Amino acid sequence: MDMIDYPDGEQFSPGHVACAGCAEALSLRVILNTIGPDAIGVVPPSCTAVICGGYPLSSVSIPVQHTTLENAAASASGIKRSLNAMGKPDTTVVCLAGDGGTYDIGLQALSSAAERNEDILYVCFDNEGYMNTGGQKSSSTPLNAITGSTPAGKLSRKKNLVEILAAHRIPYIATCSPAHLSDMSAKIKKAESIRGTKVIIVIIPCLPGWGVADDAAVKTARMAVDSGVFPLYEVEDGVDYTMTINTRNQAVNAYLKQQKRFRHLSDADISDIQADVDWGWEYLLDRAGK
Amino acid sequence: MKGENNIRLLSGNHAVSWGVKLARPQVAPLYPITPQTPILEKLTEFHSRGELDAELLTPESEHSAMSACVAASLTGARVFTATSSQGLLLMHELLHYASGARAPIVMFNVNRTPGSPWAFWPDQIDSLSQRDTGWIKMYSESPQESLDTVIQAFRISEKLSLPLMISHDAFYVSHAVEPVALPQQEQVDSFLPAYKPELRLDTSLGQSFGAPIDQATWNRSRRETAAAMARVENEVLETGKAWGELTGRSYAALEHYRTEGAGVVIVTMGSMCGTVRDAVDALREQGSAVGLLKVRQFRPLPVQTLRNSLAGIPCALVLDRNYSPGMGGILHQELKSALFAMDDAPRVHGFLTGVGGVNVASMKIQQLVTEYADAEPSVDSVWVE
Repeated sequence: MDMIDYPDGEQFSPGHVACAGCAEALSLRVILNTIGPDAIGVVPPSCTAVICGGYPLSSVSIPVQHTTLENAAASASGIKRSLNAMGKPDTTVVCLAGDGGTYDIGLQALSSAAERNEDILYVCFDNEGYMNTGGQKSSSTPLNAITGSTPAGKLSRKKNLVEILAAHRIPYIATCSPAHLSDMSAKIKKAESIRGTKVIIVIIPCLPGWGVADDAAVKTARMAVDSGVFPLYEVEDGVDYTMTINTRNQAVNAYLKQQKRFRHLSDADISDIQADVDWGWEYLLDRAGK
Repeated sequence: MKGENNIRLLSGNHAVSWGVKLARPQVAPLYPITPQTPILEKLTEFHSRGELDAELLTPESEHSAMSACVAASLTGARVFTATSSQGLLLMHELLHYASGARAPIVMFNVNRTPGSPWAFWPDQIDSLSQRDTGWIKMYSESPQESLDTVIQAFRISEKLSLPLMISHDAFYVSHAVEPVALPQQEQVDSFLPAYKPELRLDTSLGQSFGAPIDQATWNRSRRETAAAMARVENEVLETGKAWGELTGRSYAALEHYRTEGAGVVIVTMGSMCGTVRDAVDALREQGSAVGLLKVRQFRPLPVQTLRNSLAGIPCALVLDRNYSPGMGGILHQELKSALFAMDDAPRVHGFLTGVGGVNVASMKIQQLVTEYADAEPSVDSVWVE
């Protein structure tokens, strides 16, 4: 087995209050250690806000501003400009937000920061719903998924945030998975080497929200990647697509069956989802010129 | 005027921009809205000419503008923004956040009617409806006062770690052009020390802001805000005096105009004060002992000073250019509350004058004085045609 290739500089402490087995805590550890100590965090209400901890404790070593739900990108812009004014332009300003704060209520501020190409790193921990409020749908929730606000299954598709951001022509967008930590660390490093707006979306299977076993978060994330439901790729300057992994080795069926939120699906529903995933996969391969 | 040789014709809004430039903010997130926009455009013009060395952001909304203000302020920068009406209302969530975070942001608001229906006229309900957000709130009557106050605002706000909002009325002040004395840059530099907060987002310190807290700690945070609020009036007075020593123009929380021996004192804020001065002069000319008590500092309300100022005065007339549906004029409410259980309090009459920007002429004010000076007051505010 390969060793995971990332530094551990104690930027994220044990004793935090994430659910046992949460892949977001694991991802935070890798991301914060890759970025290192010269960083300021921006955390809107989300699981990350809880994981970072209540006053006077903090599980992260960097200073953090806990912002309102919709303004992470605007807050990060303010911090970055302030640092510029003080002659500290090299300090990383990193948003650590959820999908509610990114795909939904925070999209306007993110779009504006991207349009201005603010020099910030924006990480979205995408657990496909408002999991910190007990599991309601967001615009990132996939088709048919049962949530607290879609008890019969969501009727519309997951929003394609990467394509929205690509249309802003920002320098770097990437997707990551907690089952691929070396890749996550490498993408953070790459983002760190680029001036401008960088967005990284990390798929986070939510144990209670998705209805998966406490020890199955990483495995579920791997299945999301292996089935092509959540492909790992990068988009540079909004046009240059690169597949991180350009093969699929399983159908969506096993991934869906693994999760309580999809247990109600009929074979026909699963076929529809498979067709949708196939279309998306071919689209990406085409964009990447494979 | 002391040390000043530079008198310019400036609109109220451009006077604000000049004051801001002289105060050397480091970050200014700005979003346009009528009738604030000339403040923004003059600042961006200064910036493009290299006369304003600040990071300017032009985000997609006032909500993001105020978000950036809070974050930049917590990172240790001197911060300014300006807005009006809908923009201020869109910021509402962040106004609470800013004061809770003790971020000393200076914001200029141009008082304008909020929709619906759409209108662009002077009315103070936009800023008055933000009265409980924990900002220091000041009202200016003229372009000169707006320039002077915006510079003083940074000193007051940064000293107390409380955000400060100054308002002047749409068009009557924002677009009215008057001669304005511009202070020298060296004068302002000597008056306004660089902002260097002890607590800030800084990788060498590691402090965080805004993490979830328990009930008792939230409660304590508001008691600390209350303690800071209790220091505001004195700071406004000290700062206004220091400004007077520098420029010859002193300021305080309240201003008295011809109130000596007055049988009637008119209490109001903002541009209405100019008209009231005219009415007072006319009435004094006719032998009526009438004066003006101008409220410059509205939050915190200088309660004790108001009580001292009005003790023994037979009658006070409050003119509100705002309307709080179900409770009348806001300054009227506030004054009744401020004078609670005072033996020698005046009879207080409240008038809804100029709501929606309608003109309130000097003659109308004189008529109100004649009609109500000896009348029994009603608890409700009276609509004035």
